[in-house]
Amino acid sequence: MLKIENLHAEIEDKGILKGINLEVKAGEIHAIMGPNGSGKSTLASVIAGNETYAVSEGTITLDDEDLLDLSPDERAHKGVFMSFQYPIEIPGVSTTNFIKTAINENRKANGLEDLPAKEMLKMIREKSELLEMDRKFLSRSLNEGFSGGEKKRNEIFQMAMLEPKLAILDETDSGLDIDALKIVANGVNKLRNKDNAVIIITHYQRLLDHIVPDFVHVLYDGKIVKSGGKELAHELEEKGYDWIKELA
Amino acid sequence: MKYTEDDLKKELETQEYEYGFYTDIESDTFPKGLNEDVVRAISKKKNEPKWMTDWRLEAFRIWQKMAAPDWANVNYKKPDFQEIAYYSAPKKVDPNKTLDDVDSELLEMYKKLGISINEQKKMNNIAMDIVVDSVSVATTFKDALAKKGILFMPISEAIQEHPELVKKYIGTIVPQTDNFYAALNSAVFTDGSFCYIPKGVKCPMELSTYFRINEGGTGQFERTLLIADEGSYVSYLEGCTAPARDENQLHAAVVELIALDGAEIKYSTVQNWFPGDKNGKGGVFNFVTKRGICYKNSKISWTQVETGSAITWKYPSCILKGDNSVGEFYSIAVTNNYQQADTGTKMIHLGKNTKSTIISKGISAGKSQNSYRGLVQIGARAENARNFSQCDSLLMGNECGAHTFPYIECKNKTAQIEHEATTSKIGEDQLFYCNQRGIDTEKAIALIVNGFSKEVLNKLPMEFAVEAQKLLEISLEGSVG
Repeated sequence: MLKIENLHAEIEDKGILKGINLEVKAGEIHAIMGPNGSGKSTLASVIAGNETYAVSEGTITLDDEDLLDLSPDERAHKGVFMSFQYPIEIPGVSTTNFIKTAINENRKANGLEDLPAKEMLKMIREKSELLEMDRKFLSRSLNEGFSGGEKKRNEIFQMAMLEPKLAILDETDSGLDIDALKIVANGVNKLRNKDNAVIIITHYQRLLDHIVPDFVHVLYDGKIVKSGGKELAHELEEKGYDWIKELA
Repeated sequence: MKYTEDDLKKELETQEYEYGFYTDIESDTFPKGLNEDVVRAISKKKNEPKWMTDWRLEAFRIWQKMAAPDWANVNYKKPDFQEIAYYSAPKKVDPNKTLDDVDSELLEMYKKLGISINEQKKMNNIAMDIVVDSVSVATTFKDALAKKGILFMPISEAIQEHPELVKKYIGTIVPQTDNFYAALNSAVFTDGSFCYIPKGVKCPMELSTYFRINEGGTGQFERTLLIADEGSYVSYLEGCTAPARDENQLHAAVVELIALDGAEIKYSTVQNWFPGDKNGKGGVFNFVTKRGICYKNSKISWTQVETGSAITWKYPSCILKGDNSVGEFYSIAVTNNYQQADTGTKMIHLGKNTKSTIISKGISAGKSQNSYRGLVQIGARAENARNFSQCDSLLMGNECGAHTFPYIECKNKTAQIEHEATTSKIGEDQLFYCNQRGIDTEKAIALIVNGFSKEVLNKLPMEFAVEAQKLLEISLEGSVG
């Protein structure tokens, strides 16, 4: 599904990603771990198309289609979703209104009519129940005055509503207490199927206790220095990241 | 050489009518220029009584001694007042018309505007008075309103039919001497709306006026006079459009509202005059004086959505004369390209326990300049007066400007005055967030702007809120990229 080859990206001429290779197949969950500043969030942003970063070399394809040629909204229309590490506030726009607009814009781009209001409401009810959200919350301004945990849960709610092909969860576990973490993980697990894929970016192993990855990759200084199965996450938890630095 | 009415008539007969891209209706236009004879001719054309003619002439003499105000934060080439035609009427209008007699080309024009009279009548339960250039074309629902004793008609008709009401109130809130443009309007106003709601009557429908400048090189000077008698209620809406032209057109209106004891007036405006093109050529100069007076326990609420005009100079105000009266001002002003807006309000607290609220949302894009200017004045006898003001500015790009000029004059120690202001910019991060969800940048801006303006949009009557929302989107089209 997603294929990244020799990806280099920089910000203000400072190299951040220095040759990433990664392949994610449909139905798989990949975890990307690594110490602070290793380039994890940059990788997520570059896949989503954030223009703050310049891609200097390499390719990203989704189902053999070049993503780098597409604008961020076009990538979203192809099924790319990113859960933000720091979700953005939009005053005066309710979560309901925002997600309704997003769904209908995606449908429009894919040649579909607007989703009828009745179905939209039904879907909102189902997905908010899945994530054990208070629906009053959905009529508040998007992310404005939300706690860190509420923001993250709202990101996963949007993911559930948009049903993306590829979901990238950037540090979704930060700011979540253990109960919320379980609810969010449960939501992600229920949403996974053989046709979609998830990339989890995290610093700690604790989320991976609840969403079990098929592969774990360790990113250090802009490169994937080690890949393995879920046991690699435990090893990192035990030994820290210092030994990884020697691999680089 | 003296210019007589006969000369004028002759000139009108030989005048060539323009046929252009604007609606192809013959129109009856005075030659350009302004002097006492033109003022007299306008009055004569309207078959006005002597007191009205005299009142106009008095205004004209006052105007001649005045200078155009230059304190506003706008820059433009002053119009040449001798280069403007002061009267333009679609020619086929007959004073005895009914709706069925309305020129089919005119009706076609309304259809283009999306305001077909019949449709409006049926669908929206809105009574409409439509002013094209200088003359009211048709007032719908007149009979239905008459049953409740409500008078809603062109002001020219009111001068004929209800001279006592017009004479009693005209110029009492905005006197001829008020300012340069108000004086000009008083001298040359050609039409506008008149409305009277009798004691205790709640007007059962929205009253609406639609203004349009069609003819080139004309000015439009409407005069609106709205009187809500004791304990009555009315919601009034005005909409404005003008076709694209590359010269600047002048629009100088005066609106006077009178809310007698316990009355409530809700006055909403959606202003979409031609703003000029991308390079700042053309557009309407909109110099408007709007003011209302509140007697005991009454309320006036101004809501405006200003997206058009090259220059906007407009301060809908409230004189809170009666005890416990309430004034409100809710405004969204959008400027794009080279538009300039200097708009706000004046809340004059004279009575005890008077209350005012000001919510102003300014949105600037392109190379435009957007200013809020507001005065909160608390008189010495206004015990326990309260004001809350909130002025928010939203900027798009790096070449536009937002300015806030709040003035406060307080002569009573018991007053409570609050002022809040914020300035924000549509951030790259907000746009990226929306983009990532599949919402393109244009749509994302519309969403963010609507969110920003929501408090004010919510104050508009339902059907116009939707229209206003669309207008915001259109006005900001192409503002990024």
